[in-house]
Amino acid sequence: MKVRPQRVVGLLVTCLIDLFRPNAGFAAVKLLEQAGCDVVVPRAQTCCGQPAYNSGDARSAQAIARQVITTFEAFDDIVIPSGSCAGMVKIHYPRLFAQDAQWQQRALALAERTHELTRFLTEVLGISESGATYRGTATYHDSCSGLRELGIHAQPRQLLASVTGLHLKELRDWESCCGFGGAFCVKYPELSVRMVSDKVASIQKTGADTLLGGDLGCLLNIAGRLKRQGSGIKVYHVAEILAEMAGHAPPIGEGPNSQ
Amino acid sequence: MNTTAHGFKERSVKALQNTTLQEALARAYGGFVHKRQAAIDALPEFDALCEQARRIKDHALDHLDHYLEGFEAALTAEGGKVHWARTPEEACQQVVAICRAHQARRITKGKSMVGEEIALNEALEANGFEVVETDLGEYIIQLAKEPPSHIIAPAVHKTRGEIAQLFHTFHQRIERSQPLAEVPDIVEESRQVLRSVFLSADVGITGANFLVAETGSVVLVTNEGNGDLVSTLPPVHIVVSSIEKVVPTLEDVTTLLRVLGRSATGQAMTAYTSLLTGPRRADDRDGPSAMHVVLVDNGRSAMLGTAFRDMLRCIRCGACLNHCPVYGAIGGHAYGWVYPGPMGAILTPRILGLRAAPDLPQACTLNGRCQDVCPVHIPLPALLRKLRMEAFTQRITPPRARFPLALWALLAKHPRLYHGVMTLAAGLLGRLGQRRGRFRTLPFARGWTEGRALPTPAVQTFQSCWKHRRRSDPS
Repeated sequence: MKVRPQRVVGLLVTCLIDLFRPNAGFAAVKLLEQAGCDVVVPRAQTCCGQPAYNSGDARSAQAIARQVITTFEAFDDIVIPSGSCAGMVKIHYPRLFAQDAQWQQRALALAERTHELTRFLTEVLGISESGATYRGTATYHDSCSGLRELGIHAQPRQLLASVTGLHLKELRDWESCCGFGGAFCVKYPELSVRMVSDKVASIQKTGADTLLGGDLGCLLNIAGRLKRQGSGIKVYHVAEILAEMAGHAPPIGEGPNSQ
Repeated sequence: MNTTAHGFKERSVKALQNTTLQEALARAYGGFVHKRQAAIDALPEFDALCEQARRIKDHALDHLDHYLEGFEAALTAEGGKVHWARTPEEACQQVVAICRAHQARRITKGKSMVGEEIALNEALEANGFEVVETDLGEYIIQLAKEPPSHIIAPAVHKTRGEIAQLFHTFHQRIERSQPLAEVPDIVEESRQVLRSVFLSADVGITGANFLVAETGSVVLVTNEGNGDLVSTLPPVHIVVSSIEKVVPTLEDVTTLLRVLGRSATGQAMTAYTSLLTGPRRADDRDGPSAMHVVLVDNGRSAMLGTAFRDMLRCIRCGACLNHCPVYGAIGGHAYGWVYPGPMGAILTPRILGLRAAPDLPQACTLNGRCQDVCPVHIPLPALLRKLRMEAFTQRITPPRARFPLALWALLAKHPRLYHGVMTLAAGLLGRLGQRRGRFRTLPFARGWTEGRALPTPAVQTFQSCWKHRRRSDPS
């Protein structure tokens, strides 16, 4: 018998996880369900609107934001396995409606209940033990939006510290951007590749065999560069390790015959 | 200074391929970052000081007219003269007129970014004056005939070898069989060469770090002491400054100086901090007999009352440049004008117009580190986004960027259509790349695949899998 009714959590999967890494989405579902949440994944979601917002198309960004607000505002909590998408909803939706008091009110109400996944697990649900096992030495990439807009840094580390068999080695330049930047990585490929090459060099310097992070955009970028250089370092979304679901799919950028 | 800000992309690629530049940048990039961090770690109240600095600048900007007039009145009372210039042309004309009135021939200069902004050297030389830069970095790039590449370290893009070679070429009078090898020797030689120039100059021109309304003082910080020699030895001292440098009191300056040095070079204080308040008084032993301050607007007053007013808080410490991964990769010249890095990506389009620098606000990952290190809390990423929105509404954003965005936005606004398309894309691309888990190259994603493999989409999207899970799970 449950003491209190289950928290109904709306999961905003993110467009990149939906298309590129469903396993990370299911890992997020598992972590939330293990914690006693009732997880709902609304079909009416597509993307949080960052591509439009960061390209200067405020009208499209507003239209998409209204769609997200309408879809998710009924939930107790909205959880997003991405720092940059969570930052978009929490910080930028209210700014998008600076001229529209009614929508801004709704955006603010949603922002208050929106959480990045690792923060939700640690700070809202108070979880510190993952109960997972992963054999390896990992390093962690702090995605810029999560780090600077939401202060996501200690939360994933706190959870990873409880993973049996996992040893975490920190990156020397953990504050540096990986060069993804959404459309930046294809608009300025030479700059982006230079930045991700620097990041990859410092990942390799740690001697880790696994790279983890909380934002799929950065992980696709880093995995893409690692694989181009022939590196065997495995890349996963942090949720996949915490939910012990790394074995459910080959690492990002790898397949059954990838070598 | 001429602008080539529209050629950013080509210049950035060239900069990445320039091995000498990369050598110089690699040496400089980390140095600034570590020195700043060490200085801040040693001062627990740094954050509080920054907040105070922000408030001082905000207050001064809220009452800019009042403090500028106050500055003019105070300096006039001390015997100085203030000139108001709306445009770079007006400012240059005023400086030229002052130099002519004093029958000057040789002019020494301290480092001034506003001087670079208004292309003062070019104007003076076109009018027949001899201009010698005396800040070591500025002197080096003057010899090399290059613009500065950093607002506090103008020659940071030059290696020691390049500088030694320049000196070898230009200092013919000094007999030497081969170029100098050590930094102290380079500094010593520039001292020797510049000493006679300092003593024979008719006019000295400097910039200003701050203007103090209550006293009419010009505050100048340098590490080489050249600012003092330029401002006190010649009979005439001209200051060129932009209008947003004014602050109310000397007390305010002490706060700003404490965050400026630490943010810029990691110094608690620069080696020289000079307060210049009018020309030589009757009982002064030295100093110029005339002091002029040219106050340049050049687009600043138009920024007041807009979101870009926050940019006017900038105290030109250069921390945003030093922590910017894009600046760190390509240096300042790629930005095409006097102000590079994040602060330049906002100032250049504001001052010259967005059409003159369409790439600058776009060439950024919005990682936000610049805002983190800005001592006066300028929301640089938000201002860059604002410029992107202007570019989008004014159709400066090119069709090749608008079209895919419009297509994507159409999909994103129609969830059923979106999921249909994603299911198809996943089915097709996911199956194509399933075995290796990545694409080596994709025709429509060259920008990505030229330097990176592209991880393949999953064969089934999350949403498709979720639908099936719900169907097979009646609970």
